[in-house]
Amino acid sequence: MVQVVIWGSLRRYTDGLPQVSVEAKTSRQLLDGLARDYPGLAHVIDAGVSLSIDGEIFKDAWFTPINPDSEVVLMPLMVGG
Amino acid sequence: MNVKREFKVLGTRPVRPDGVEKVTGKALFGADLYVTGMLHGRILRSPHAHARILSIDTSAAKALNGVKAVITSADFDAVEDEATQWTMHNCMAHGVALYDGHAVAAVAATSKSIAAAALKLIKVDYEILPHVTDVDAAMKPGAVVLHEGHKDPGLGDECSDNVVHYCEFGHGDVDAGFAQADTVLERNFKTEAAHQGYIEPQACLANMGPDGKGELWCSTQGHYMVREVCAKIMGMDSSQLRVTASEIGGGFGGKTTIFTEPTALMLSRKAGRPVKVVMSRDEVFRATGPTMSASMDIKIGMAADGRITAAAAKLRYQGGAFPYQMVMMGAMSAFAPYDLDNVKAEGWDVMTNRPKMISYRAPGAPMAAYAVESVIDELCQNLGLDPLDVRLKNAAREGTKSSYGPTFKAIGLVDALEAAKAHPHYSAPLSANQGRGVACGFWFNFGGQVSVSMAINNDGTVNLVEGNPDIGGSRASISMMAAEELGIPYNRIRTIIGDTSAIGFSDTTDGSRVTFAVGIATIKAAKAAKVEMCKRAAQIWGIDVDAVEWVDGAAQPTGHNAGDFPPMSLADIAAVSAQTGGPIAGHHEGAPDQAGVSFGVHLVDIEVDPETGFTSVKRYTVLQDVGKAIHPAYVEGQLQGGAVQGIGWALNEGYVYGEDGRLQNAGFLDYRIPVASDLPMIDTVMIEVPNPGHPFGVRGVGETSIVPPLAAVANAVAAATSVRMFELPMSPPKILAERDKA
Repeated sequence: MVQVVIWGSLRRYTDGLPQVSVEAKTSRQLLDGLARDYPGLAHVIDAGVSLSIDGEIFKDAWFTPINPDSEVVLMPLMVGG
Repeated sequence: MNVKREFKVLGTRPVRPDGVEKVTGKALFGADLYVTGMLHGRILRSPHAHARILSIDTSAAKALNGVKAVITSADFDAVEDEATQWTMHNCMAHGVALYDGHAVAAVAATSKSIAAAALKLIKVDYEILPHVTDVDAAMKPGAVVLHEGHKDPGLGDECSDNVVHYCEFGHGDVDAGFAQADTVLERNFKTEAAHQGYIEPQACLANMGPDGKGELWCSTQGHYMVREVCAKIMGMDSSQLRVTASEIGGGFGGKTTIFTEPTALMLSRKAGRPVKVVMSRDEVFRATGPTMSASMDIKIGMAADGRITAAAAKLRYQGGAFPYQMVMMGAMSAFAPYDLDNVKAEGWDVMTNRPKMISYRAPGAPMAAYAVESVIDELCQNLGLDPLDVRLKNAAREGTKSSYGPTFKAIGLVDALEAAKAHPHYSAPLSANQGRGVACGFWFNFGGQVSVSMAINNDGTVNLVEGNPDIGGSRASISMMAAEELGIPYNRIRTIIGDTSAIGFSDTTDGSRVTFAVGIATIKAAKAAKVEMCKRAAQIWGIDVDAVEWVDGAAQPTGHNAGDFPPMSLADIAAVSAQTGGPIAGHHEGAPDQAGVSFGVHLVDIEVDPETGFTSVKRYTVLQDVGKAIHPAYVEGQLQGGAVQGIGWALNEGYVYGEDGRLQNAGFLDYRIPVASDLPMIDTVMIEVPNPGHPFGVRGVGETSIVPPLAAVANAVAAATSVRMFELPMSPPKILAERDKA
């Protein structure tokens, strides 16, 4: 199981949990798992999110491998100027 | 990663590839293209901040000799995708004009003067509605609501429906952290909207054919984005709309969306002729997106030794007339420079009757940093601590759990702070009425989709095509990385920006991503070309391809074949390519990530005239973790440019709205950006901490430099005057008023 840190304002969709467990080996599996286990997150994920995996930010990469002990943080979709 | 190797090309300062064209006036910008039969488009804009459009009578305009087309919202079909629909409604008001300057109709005519005359003949019947332009007023229950039903679902009756998004980041227990502090300081700040201030107004030339195909030439940071959005609005397949990015006279985030392009395309479709639309400066200010204005509360607890025990922020951003999400970037970056056990940042995105905001260099971060770094500075003053020592004591470093969640990898904030402390600037004496300010800043940087195609020419030169408009010197940096990887001189390579039919999709040029992401694609394209060239050499020599390696720009035999044949250079192999299998090329399409975050530290000395309140900048030094500087002169330019824009935001720049909700200063005479004669040379110190996510160690450098200046200048003003300014811009009248109150 991968531990995923959820940013504060989304914890209303995870029963207040700041961190949840998801069975996943890739980022796509992780996002699908989050949307399945916490349906309130689905519209946020569909609108676009980023993932930080072991300190590196990934914008849109379904097949990025994730290890069970990876640090994974759900983040908003990055925007810039 | 091979960042410690000696580079031959990277780190040098070759002549800029676009320099001659630009200084001789030959470069073609958005307004510079003329084609046979071209019409001139002009746009009629609402004079009201908020008004229902009861009717639009275009009959007199249509009847004017020389007018070939008139359009309103009625000419655009609905779009299924909501985000595109909002963009279309920003380009042309549908039913309600939502801000002063909102487009309501447009004409195409055979001359500019006829087009201008036709606008005066269009009769719009408005029902004026109440308006709101201030973020705090717009949040209040009972405020005028721009669009019903878009409030963040997690919010209740405590705020109006204008609040479209709420976010929260952080960790630990801030209340417990504040209880541990020796002193706790809470302050409120306001910043005004600042425009990106690009010198070239938005401009485009559209040509829709009777067969449904379209061509569009425009000044943009992302011509693929333009194609995707315009094709949806026009009901076209993407393949049928070819978009070419012109040279760009500045963007800074302001050209990451569209404003006039659908109008030009629709006018062209209706008139059956090419149509050019060029915004005036007045239109740029009134109708294109500035950055957000902000209202912020910051609370920080500090121990007597300078350790921060807890930090909290409430950020309320105003982003104009349509739903958007940007405050999260400010909330995530506000405390990112610091290693904090207890931190919480909340943000609210709010709609008002102003033009829709769009990104401006590190969007959302500079105003948050202004507030946070001001409070840290005031705490340092109160506790008698050195501001750099306090920042060093609390600085994020490798292994720090960031305030927005992830753990940092290799970063250079401590290096930059130590360099600032050791810099002669920090210990230089100050004169009367002068003060010194320091501040830190952070930006994320990111990667994204890129396409690169590289052709090896028969004469041993290389043409490289990429899909990202060059807004900061990327043609030079990409050529340099190609030269380094191929092992040939920089001047043998020419990089151009392909149109949307020439090369695969590329994300917009933003997020300080291009040198990083296109650089990776370039290296991979070069590697592919090298593989092919090694294969050709192996065939010529009659040996196995595995027995050939690429060294210093040439294929050479290796292993047991080493020394059997003289090396074949790229030029040697290219010269016989026709006889060895045809043209040689390399390409790569991908979406690199792992861009690597960036930190900066700024030092500034200012002097405030005690009689007029006028602030002049006397000395300025930027110290930034830039990763590997590919072309140091361009990197220095990025650091200097960000500092200058931040200085303008701090001292002069700000939208001024009247009671009627109309913009009062829509021009460079009344919206004063700093010019070269206003400022000293901006000194730069590049800290080269390689990004482990890039083969050459590249980090994005374009945005971090605008984050610290607002706070650095404010802290310097406080030091010079003993008056702390809680509102930007710090114009002379405001400084005098605050000093007189103190």
